[in-house]
Parts: sequence; structure tokens; C-alpha cells
Amino acid sequence: MAYLDHAATTPMLPEAIEAMTAQLAVTGNASSLHAAGRRARRTVEEGRETLAAALGARPSEVVLTSGGTEADNLAVKGLYWSRRAADPRRTRVLASPVEHHAVLDAVDWLAAHEGADVEYLPVDAHGRVHPEALREAIARDPESVALATVMWANNEIGTVMPVRALADVAAGFGVPLHADAVQAVGQLPVDFAASGLAAMTVSGHKIGGPYGIGALLLGREHTPVPVLHGGGQERHVRSGTLDVPAVAAFATAARLATDGQETFAREIGALRDALVTAVRAAVPDAILGGDPADRLPANAHFTFPGCEGDSLLLLLDAAGIACSTGSACTAGIAQPSHVLLATGTDPDLARGTLRFSLGHTSTEDDVKAVADAIGPAVERARTAGLS
Amino acid sequence: MTQTQRPLRVLAAMSGGVDSAVAAARAVEAGHDVTGVHLALSANPQSFRTGARGCCTIEDSRDARRAADVIGIPFYVWDLAERFRADVVDDFVAEYEAGRTPNPCLRCNEKIKFAALLDKALALGFDAVCTGHYATVVLTEAGTRELHRASDMAKDQSYVLGVLDEQQLAHALFPLGDTLTTKDEIRAEAERRGLAVAKKPDSHDICFIADGDTQGFLATRLGRAEGDIVDESGAKLGTHEGAYGFTIGQRKGLRIGHPAADGKPRYVLDISPVNNTVTVGPAESLDVTALTAIKPRWCGTAPAGPGRYTAQLRAHGGETPVDAAMEDGELRVTFDEPVRGVAPGQAIVLYDGTRVVGSATIATTVRRTAPAPSL
Repeated sequence: MAYLDHAATTPMLPEAIEAMTAQLAVTGNASSLHAAGRRARRTVEEGRETLAAALGARPSEVVLTSGGTEADNLAVKGLYWSRRAADPRRTRVLASPVEHHAVLDAVDWLAAHEGADVEYLPVDAHGRVHPEALREAIARDPESVALATVMWANNEIGTVMPVRALADVAAGFGVPLHADAVQAVGQLPVDFAASGLAAMTVSGHKIGGPYGIGALLLGREHTPVPVLHGGGQERHVRSGTLDVPAVAAFATAARLATDGQETFAREIGALRDALVTAVRAAVPDAILGGDPADRLPANAHFTFPGCEGDSLLLLLDAAGIACSTGSACTAGIAQPSHVLLATGTDPDLARGTLRFSLGHTSTEDDVKAVADAIGPAVERARTAGLS
Repeated sequence: MTQTQRPLRVLAAMSGGVDSAVAAARAVEAGHDVTGVHLALSANPQSFRTGARGCCTIEDSRDARRAADVIGIPFYVWDLAERFRADVVDDFVAEYEAGRTPNPCLRCNEKIKFAALLDKALALGFDAVCTGHYATVVLTEAGTRELHRASDMAKDQSYVLGVLDEQQLAHALFPLGDTLTTKDEIRAEAERRGLAVAKKPDSHDICFIADGDTQGFLATRLGRAEGDIVDESGAKLGTHEGAYGFTIGQRKGLRIGHPAADGKPRYVLDISPVNNTVTVGPAESLDVTALTAIKPRWCGTAPAGPGRYTAQLRAHGGETPVDAAMEDGELRVTFDEPVRGVAPGQAIVLYDGTRVVGSATIATTVRRTAPAPSL
């Protein structure tokens, strides 16, 4: 099988599996005071230090969560609540329209239930938010902005955002900027301190770590209102017994992903470029989505005019190729991607998308499988048409 | 399976119920290359089933996915809600509005499962669509295909498939049709195969009216329109809130204050959308001796001349002997014995023995006693 859906999840690294299994047999609640608890606490704190070092943060800035979705919710809702509590005028939330649903739906929920005035920032044809657009949006009424949120790199089309420049704009107005960096870690140089962000989301299973763990990197000066209340384990902004084996494995994966980022980006980028060339050779009218140059090195996103992405997925699946249409679904029903719609793509065209995402297990054989299968699949899907 | 010759690429329509799950499993067992697909037909996919009724909910979709995973086949959800709304739901409402009684299941088989779905399946390289219907496709020596009743007459569903033509039958697979198994045995088979839907209740109702309240469903779409309930002489007996809320042969829910002179129960005899009147009368007046039907669809070649057949008039009805012939593009049917509860809009399916000859939509009926023909 050619697994080309690493952006959905990527196989765990052997070192991370080793780190995790070593901890699974050991007992200890990291909040307990006895010897078993202290041992667990030491594992957690070493993991936290490793994560911090890998991501350019201080250990105290690492708030461990159950994954990217929780971290996004904590950042968006928590910062909205705390900033509005400090000043009731702060009800504006500025967001890019190409965010992952973990951000998008949290923002929409704030609008529906918490009186937030959500403003979607304009994006260009590649789905990029320009710093001037953020400046303009904040400057209209800086006092009323609770937070801004713009992802580091887009999970569907791969476009990289100018995070540092955006953070500078936000910081100039004293507005916290959150970035979902789930797709960026391991593929791009990610340094929390250097980014100037107030908060940044990372996830374990996208970088060779386990499912069910992630973190919100959070500047010390920010105290979001908790989403989960309880024991207050993580800086009193996040509660829940820490998953010691997962922390150890997550930290191991993060260290390996960031240590190897440069080499990985170069090698996977070359493989990705070969895949793009192959697809274009087989289907000359395929449209490459996202920024052609400044994009995630492992991402290749295409629109195939006249095809339904669902049909392509079925045909490629039958040919042993795992990829994604890239868009979210409701009960399995494909919807035109909100990311493509935000970039001004025609809704019918937006139904014919495929995202190939490469990872640490990808090979030239995977590219060859796509090169062989994509032409006939597109031809067939075009016959089936848009129903 | 009588219809199997070589391994086919099969698209199994999986509703989330037990029949279609077992059908898909049997297709795999017969050596076919099977892919499961759940049709999202509801415009509101967020809805969850309440009670045991209906289909097309998230829960049904998950049940179907779970069954496909256990069977070990790929599974997809296809959104055919727009086509379903246009071809089935809107048609259903329009038929009631015109005073007729449609069968949406036939319409769905004709327009969705063996048209929209089949067309897409064939385009994507599949050879056949497989469903959990109880009916049998027979390949004749001449190489043609015939639709027959299921081996078990009690479960036979050939009536709702009577709209299929030979081309559609050529690409249809009904793995449950030739088994003399009771529903309990199908459930036991599902259990044996590890399918969690084994104990799921059957759905009997119209799938897009989840709460079973057809009148309420129609009322929200057609609005309330008060009219008269009259007897056969035209004397007013009461009022109704919309003629579409009635079907011919209906006895309950008439809300006529006073009893009939002879004390016998009264039934809906006629629905006239033009003057918004519902006519009621005694059971004898329901007796229909003949009918005409339009839009015939034949399984195979159309009959050359008049012939003797048996007819079935509703999904769970019995069969009755008839003379039938095509005249001026209409199917004219005469019953040996009068039949009751025949409503324009219903489908009549003609059989020659167990073989489905064809179907047509009832347009007019001839009553034995009633002076006024319907429509």
C-alpha cells in the first residue's frame, strides 16, 4: 500500500514507541507525592523540557493537552474569555478563514454563544493572510480585539503563513496571536520564542508521536480561562491526569522531528516534487493548490476539473493508494473545502480535490504508484462526473 | 446465487440495516469484489434516529460503516440527497397534492438506487449494484434477465422492484432473494457473521418521515386547507384540514360526528383535490372492478396483446387474477373479483407466475357501485 496521508496521521517513530512502551509498565500519577508519583513526575518534566527545547520554548510555557483540538480550543476560547474578562470591550476575534475546524468551529461557537464578533481575515489566492490585512483589521478598533488566530501552515493546501510578521503586527497592538502549528512542526523551522506568538498548538501523532497528546505553548503572561476544570495539573489552565507514557513518546518524537527537520524537508521535498511532476505529466490540467514555492515540503494538493474527489479517493483506494480529499466531512459526506472556497475557487471545482501528504516512511515506489494510477482514475472519475 | 457466473465488481448499497449487511456479506462470500456505500438521502444529515424508525441518519451511516468494517470491505458515503429530494420527496408531495397515493420506495428504486447510484457505479468501473431486497433475478437460456418473486413469498419484495427494466436488472444483485430463510434466520446469520446490526429493528416507515407522521409532513409542505367531507350523495358530513391527508380506503381519523344511517363504518372513497372534497361511504363502494394505469415499465419485452396475469397492488398485498392489455398507451386491467382500497398513484405490478411482467401507475378506477369514477 502507498500511504500518502501523513497529514492525517503518520506512523509512530520506533524510538517513540520504545519510549512509550517503556513507561506503560510503570505505575505513577505525576501529581502524587510518593516515590511512584515522583518518578512519573520526573518523566513528565523531562519530557516537557525536551519539548520546550525542541520547539524554542521554556518548559513552563508547555501546557500538555489531549491533542491539537484541545489545544486550539483552549487557546481560542480560553484567551477570548480571559481577555474579555479583563476588558469587556474585547469581543472581536480575528481569524483566517482557512483554519482547521478545531479553530474554525471554536471561533464560530464563540460567535454563537459568547457574543464574539468574528471577523475572517482576507486571504490571497494561495490562502495566505498578509500582515497588512491583519494590521488593517486590528487598527479599525484595537481596543476591541480579544485575540487573533492564524495557522502556521495550512493542512489542506500546504501554504505557509508569514507567522513572524503577523505576530509582530499583533504584538504592536498588544493583541495575542495564536497559531495552529500542527502541520508545521518537523517540516518547517518552528521556534516559539522567535515567532513572537502568544500561543501555539502542536500535536503528537502528526510528528511520529502517539495519538491523544498535544500541547499548547503559551507565553507566561497569558492565563486563558480553562476549558477543562479539575486538578489544575497544567499551570491551572488545564486539568487532567497526565499521560506519562504519551508525554515521553511525544517528547521523543518532537526532538527527532525538529533535529531532523532540515534533512527531512530537503528529502521529502524532492520526493514531493517528483510526485507533482508525475501527476502533472499524467493529468496536464491538474491544478496544484496552495503556494507553489512557500509550502509544506510534504504536501501536494491538486484539483482535478470535472472530477469528484470522492470518486478519485475510491478509485485510488482500490488501487492501494491512501490519500485524502483534504476537506472535512459531515457523517462521511464530502463538503466542498472551506479552504478552497476561501481562496476564491469555484465550488464545483472545489469538489475535485486530492491531498497527497508524504512522511518519514514515504518512498519512490509510493510516487510511482500514484504516477501509474492517477491518469486512469481521473479519466474514470470524469466519466462518473459530478453527481 | 442463481445469477452468479463470474466474480463481479459489486457496489453494495448498505442502509445500516440487517438485510443489506447480510446481502453484502453474501456477495463477498460468493467471490465478488465488493465495495460498500451508504446513501445519504436526508437533507439534514445531522439528524439522529429517534426510536427504531426511518433511515438515512448518522446512526444508520455508522451502523453501515461498522458492518462494512466487519465484512472487511471498503466503505463510502455518497451524498444523493439532492437527487432524492427532487426525484422522490418532491414527487411524493406533488402526488399527494394531486389526490393520489404514491409509493416512494418504488420511486427510489427506479430513480435513485438503480439509476443515479447504478449510473455512477458503472461509470466508476463497477459491474453491479447489490441490495438487500428479497427478489430473484433469473438468467434465461436466451441470455435475457427476468425478475422473479423471492423464494420465500412471505418476504418477497419484487413489487417495489417492478419498475426496473432489463438493463437495470442486468446490473442488479439480490443475494437474499433465493433463500428460504426467515427473518429470524437472517438475523441469526448476521449474528454469526459478527454483524452488530443483527438485532436492529426493521424499518417499515417512509424513510424521510422519521416520526411516521405523514399527515404532519404533508401539512408543513402543503399547508392546511379546510374542505368538506361528504357522502356519496354529496351531503356534507364534516370538515377536514387538507384532502392530501387521506388515502382511499382509509377508515380511521375521519372525525365525522354522527354515525351513518345504517350504522356501518365509512371509508374514504374519493379524494378530489380540485374542489378539496373527501367523499366517504360504505365498504362495498370501495370495490373496484377495473382500472387504467399509465407510465408502464416492462421487465423485458412488453406483452404483445391481451393476457392473463396476476396483479399486486401494494407492497404487502396479495395477488389477484386479472385480464390486462395495452390500449392507446394505457394499461387496462379487469379484475376477476372486485378488489378494495385501490388508489390512483399506487403501482400495479403484473406477474406471470413468479415472473414480474411489468408495472404501471394507477390513473383511474372503475367502481362496482360508486356512481362517480375517481378523477
